Amino acid sequence: MPMAAKDIEELIRAALPDAAVEIRDLAGDGDHYAARVVSAAFAGVPRVRQHQMVYRALGGRMGGELHALQLETAAPQESES
Amino acid sequence: MSDARQRIDELVKSNAIVLFMKGTALFPQCGFSSRAVAILDHLGVPFETVDVLQDQEIRQGIKDYSDWPTVPQLYVRGEFVGGSDIMMEMFESGELQQLVGAPAV
Repeated sequence: MPMAAKDIEELIRAALPDAAVEIRDLAGDGDHYAARVVSAAFAGVPRVRQHQMVYRALGGRMGGELHALQLETAAPQESES
Repeated sequence: MSDARQRIDELVKSNAIVLFMKGTALFPQCGFSSRAVAILDHLGVPFETVDVLQDQEIRQGIKDYSDWPTVPQLYVRGEFVGGSDIMMEMFESGELQQLVGAPAV
């Protein structure tokens, strides 16, 4: 079942209020997205944990309702790399 | 420890590099799994794969095991490394080569 980009963004922002969230619909089918999330909450956190924080924000939809979300996360100072 | 968890634990601990994926290394059944295999092939290190589509218990169990909602999942020396996005990022930065001890290209 597809999910709107706006809903994904809202869920991430609800968990990480300072986050800059950029979402791209990769296939135009509302089912394959790429997201870039930049949040101070990621500072000093291993990459796996950063992604887990985003997945947790999506509350179990990832892998279910939301089939594909290519994820890129960074803390603000790393966001240029 | 549940049965699935125990089986996964054994697979993860008895293989230096193991990829849980959809399909097989020769016939991946999903773009993300295909990408993960391509990265490992490129590294030129031996690795095991586990096809979660052949085993419902492992398919669900692996998500609980790592607290990670999707497949593929890469484990190196018993540690969960990440999914295909993290593999790609680590490959591009050279971290993955270092982690698996890939021969320098």
